[in-house]
Amino acid sequence: MGPDPDTEETDIARQVAFRGGGFAPTPYRWIGLAVFVVLVGLAEIGTQSGFISPLTLPKPSDVLLTFAELYDSGLLWTHLAPSLTRLAVGAALGATLGIGLGVLIGLFSYIRAGMVPLVAAIFPIPKIALLPLFVIWFGIDEASKYALIAFGTFTPTVVATYGAVDNVDRTLIRMGQSFGMSWKSIVRKIILPGAMPGILSGLRISLAIAIILLVAAEMLGAEHGIGAYILEAGALYNLERLFAGVVILSLLGVLLSTAIGAIERYVLRWRT
Amino acid sequence: MDIRLSGISHSYGDLEVLRNISLDVPSGKIVCIVGPTGCGKSTLLRLIGGLETPSKGSVLQLGVPAEDCLNPLTYVFQDFALLPWRSVAGNVSLVLEDHDLSRAETRKTISDVLARTKLTDFARALPKQLSGGMKQRVAIARALAVKPAVMLMDEPLSALDSQTRELLMDDLVALWTRQPFSAVYVTHNLDEAVRMGHSIVVLSRRPGQIREVIHLEKPLDERSYGDSDLQFRQKYLWNLMRDEAKAADSELINV
Repeated sequence: MGPDPDTEETDIARQVAFRGGGFAPTPYRWIGLAVFVVLVGLAEIGTQSGFISPLTLPKPSDVLLTFAELYDSGLLWTHLAPSLTRLAVGAALGATLGIGLGVLIGLFSYIRAGMVPLVAAIFPIPKIALLPLFVIWFGIDEASKYALIAFGTFTPTVVATYGAVDNVDRTLIRMGQSFGMSWKSIVRKIILPGAMPGILSGLRISLAIAIILLVAAEMLGAEHGIGAYILEAGALYNLERLFAGVVILSLLGVLLSTAIGAIERYVLRWRT
Repeated sequence: MDIRLSGISHSYGDLEVLRNISLDVPSGKIVCIVGPTGCGKSTLLRLIGGLETPSKGSVLQLGVPAEDCLNPLTYVFQDFALLPWRSVAGNVSLVLEDHDLSRAETRKTISDVLARTKLTDFARALPKQLSGGMKQRVAIARALAVKPAVMLMDEPLSALDSQTRELLMDDLVALWTRQPFSAVYVTHNLDEAVRMGHSIVVLSRRPGQIREVIHLEKPLDERSYGDSDLQFRQKYLWNLMRDEAKAADSELINV
């Protein structure tokens, strides 16, 4: 018979209590989705029951209906196609120039000394405030919208890129030099791949900013586009449409973020 | 090809790290450099390989390296310095790509050095899949690939556990026995020094000066773990360094 835990307090063998748990992020896949579903579900129940007035929040089911209508009438593509084009052209332009300048800043001290203060000065300007200027410079057409989105993605990309170049392991560069590798090879084979993780995580932020600026650009003088659609809905206080537009933007954001995640997993599969 | 250091002194600003070092590295021999922490032994190695220039004195290459030598002075680093995004074979090929070699030559060199370091089966593995000992063997393979005249080894086994270190020492001795190479081997581990060195240079603490040079006649492949004559030498070295090491340990770091 073993010792009775109640009576023999003093000389029993006690299990050492575990105290090493927590502080380790664990991926729970479906909780994110569940939060969405619960929130939308609550909104649906609230609006159905009349607890939330239709002026405060549209019924989620109505938003879905509006979205279906938009899809059926083919208007979805009329709005989505120009928006996606603007996003693609603007973001590609801004990110390419940004990565280019960021790498140059990372590699050349003179360029760094000259450009870093300039980038710091441009970074905090809300690019939306410059839209009228862009309209004067590039006209009311697509060019000014491309420019706005490009400009907005440019600055955060520059900052992320030169930070990433600075963070490349110096011992690897020293190794390259000690083997007599050419400057060009060191940049192409050591610095650029080494800066990739930082550049990609910078792109994540830049692309979210690009979506924000896309809507801003389309609110000013665009016939079609998600931004124009939302603006029109807002002007008419058509909350269902407004929300349908907002949901499209959210989805776009999630989609881009997932795409970058996939690219990261592929390009950075060497990471531990 | 021999290396001659004549009257090398080096300072970082006001901090004098090396003082008047003169030393010959004869070809085909391994010269170990030992010394207490911060005595400038790694700095000395960087000076020898041209990664830094000495404040005073000069490093001379005597004679010309062999014709097929691609990088006369080649390092093996303590932290391996492998590109994590390249496979084992890719890391070796990295240092060959800048040279004018045919594809067949490159492939032959890679498979040759991987075979010599027993890595043939791991050619396609990424560094993250390898143990520390294997990573250092990749770095050694990479160094062998450029057919160096002198290997500059900066604490090559210090990041490894003691068992892996034993294994790798055997590997290095086997490599040397098959094809003698010259090397400057920096270490703080006296056991490594008496196992690997044809001569051992003992540096004093900062500013590093040569205190003594010891020559070991016993062939490398006849030395082994726990040899009593080596232990005796090791003890002698430790007695030389003990007080210096103690003093170096209690110095404030002001770099």
